[in-house]
Amino acid sequence: MLSYALKRILISVPVIFGILLVTFSLSRLIPGDPCKAMLGEKATEATCQAFNHAQGYDQPIPLQFAFYVGKILQGDFGTSVRFSRPVTQIIIERLPLTAELALLALIVATITGVGLGILAARRHNSSVDIGTMILANTGISMPVFWLGLMLAYVFGVWARGTPFWLPPSGRLSAGVVSVPFYQAWGWQLSGGWAQVATFFSNFYIFNALVTGNWPVFWDALRHMILPVLTLSTIPMSVIARMTRSSLLDVLGRDYVRTARAKGVPDSRLVRRHALGNALLPVITILGLQMGALLGGAVLTETVFGLSGVGRMLVDAIFSRDFPVVQAFTVLIAVIYVVINLIVDLSYSYLDPRIRPQ
Amino acid sequence: MTKMKTAVAAAEANITAETLMGPAVPMWKRTWQRLLRKRSGQVGLFIIGFMVVIALAAPILAPYDPDQVLIGVEHVKRREAPCIHLLGCEASKPQHIMGTDENVRDVYSRILYGARISLMIGIVTVSVSLIFGVLIGAVAGFFGGWTDTILMRFMDVILGFPSLLLAIAIVAVLGPGIQNALLAVSIVSLPAYARVTRASVLSVKTLDFVAASQLLGASRWRILFRRVLPNALTPIVVLATLGIATSILDAAGLSFLGLGAQPPMAEWGTMLGSAKDQIFSAPHLVFFPGIAIMLTVLGFNLLGDGLRDALDTRLN
Repeated sequence: MLSYALKRILISVPVIFGILLVTFSLSRLIPGDPCKAMLGEKATEATCQAFNHAQGYDQPIPLQFAFYVGKILQGDFGTSVRFSRPVTQIIIERLPLTAELALLALIVATITGVGLGILAARRHNSSVDIGTMILANTGISMPVFWLGLMLAYVFGVWARGTPFWLPPSGRLSAGVVSVPFYQAWGWQLSGGWAQVATFFSNFYIFNALVTGNWPVFWDALRHMILPVLTLSTIPMSVIARMTRSSLLDVLGRDYVRTARAKGVPDSRLVRRHALGNALLPVITILGLQMGALLGGAVLTETVFGLSGVGRMLVDAIFSRDFPVVQAFTVLIAVIYVVINLIVDLSYSYLDPRIRPQ
Repeated sequence: MTKMKTAVAAAEANITAETLMGPAVPMWKRTWQRLLRKRSGQVGLFIIGFMVVIALAAPILAPYDPDQVLIGVEHVKRREAPCIHLLGCEASKPQHIMGTDENVRDVYSRILYGARISLMIGIVTVSVSLIFGVLIGAVAGFFGGWTDTILMRFMDVILGFPSLLLAIAIVAVLGPGIQNALLAVSIVSLPAYARVTRASVLSVKTLDFVAASQLLGASRWRILFRRVLPNALTPIVVLATLGIATSILDAAGLSFLGLGAQPPMAEWGTMLGSAKDQIFSAPHLVFFPGIAIMLTVLGFNLLGDGLRDALDTRLN
């Protein structure tokens, strides 16, 4: 098991290296002079020289790449042209929102998707089954951003004045302030620890939970409902379809028929005998769905006015802030690779047949 | 996109010589008959047929020029809600069954013309990634060795990115616009075709008739293109159909963000993107383009599912 894990980790290294190479090449493929592209056509020769020197663009390309990789390994993602701030700082502020959104969406998608899939498979060919599959097929075909806008309209406008009203944008209501846990507990932090603490305190729901600040907790949670619902629809549909077909497949196997012949009741049969095997392929799908979630987060954040990594990325493209574009692309891609690595490892842990002898 | 990745995983797992080698000649005819018997195939074909008719007949069906600004032409305001005479809208007002947009253009006409662009996007991107993806996968699978390793590692890197994210990054470099968006979406979907083709080729090339060709002295390229590839196409057909759906969705997403088709083009994603801030005052501007995208994507998804069932020799 350990040697398999090591081998699998080693396989991801070239992929991550490739991702760095691709993002680095992309930033060098920008037509024209990078300085003019980022600072604008009016940048003078002297400004450009200083800029190119500061960014390292006056070095040979392979050396630039080596520096680039070296810096990223040290957690230095360069400096934002637009904000004149380290990109790492921006990541610390923005990533928690995206991570919170994606994680909640993944949880919701998994629970409802697996639930619906089981329901559909157990009542195969019934109206429940057909209804669920129509729902899932529609869910897969829906543009995420459209669903988000429609939900914002329905819950933000139609439901105004009723208890079902939900905030259609933002992270917290006006006047509600999330107090970082380290301030609430009176910790004095400095340097790297302060950064780490800030990062975690920017998970508002988590932060409110550990500090027991219930008004903030509920407010943050309410703001998350629509974005999470939006983002989880596609993965939920995929998971529901996968669970259904996988469970149907398993329920048709000989060992299930044997158990049934021995008089095992239906619900126990599904729970104890079939579900374990049926969910294995679903786990693989979970890793791939993280791609949909991370990509969809860009669209969802745009719709709901949430200033996470995705929204920031799009803003950076329009303001031609390429260090930010590059850094965020690498960051999200590496997160995606690592998640799939974890999924693969857990898969081989759960399914002994995959494990090499 | 992830649906495609799922399909890739499933297709790769299912590829065996047996699934690939159905009965030889009347296969496509039989597939067609089976497809027509499946509910998903019927509905999918119907929706796509409907969209194709709309796209072709847009000039006849559309009451207005999609780009015509109607100020001064009729008495109608910006972002006017839908007005349908049959449903009790005053006869004195001009009929706009999906309302007007922020530039006082007829939304219904724009939606009809948008079908042309969306279908074009789906077909162009899938054709591009199909040609290059199949080529890469076929060469990798057939020749093996270093060629295989290098090509497939490169495909793995592309797969290492969440697809929409990589497409965004590519457009960021090339600059916003429909052509660049199409290119980005094509590049992003390459690995799916490459991997499935490779898996198909790997299993076909071990079959006896390939060895027979070799013994008869056929060149390697001839064997690859004339013997191996035609027999490895089945899973690729399914994937391409599903691929049209994801391409349309991804391209619409790019346009929504302002990175794809640019205004005033009557593209559904762009229409949605430019109306997103008006959702509370003019929801019809968001509602109709979204429905149009969803219906088209649903059609290709259902057709893809139907094709997969129809082509699966084990199920029939």
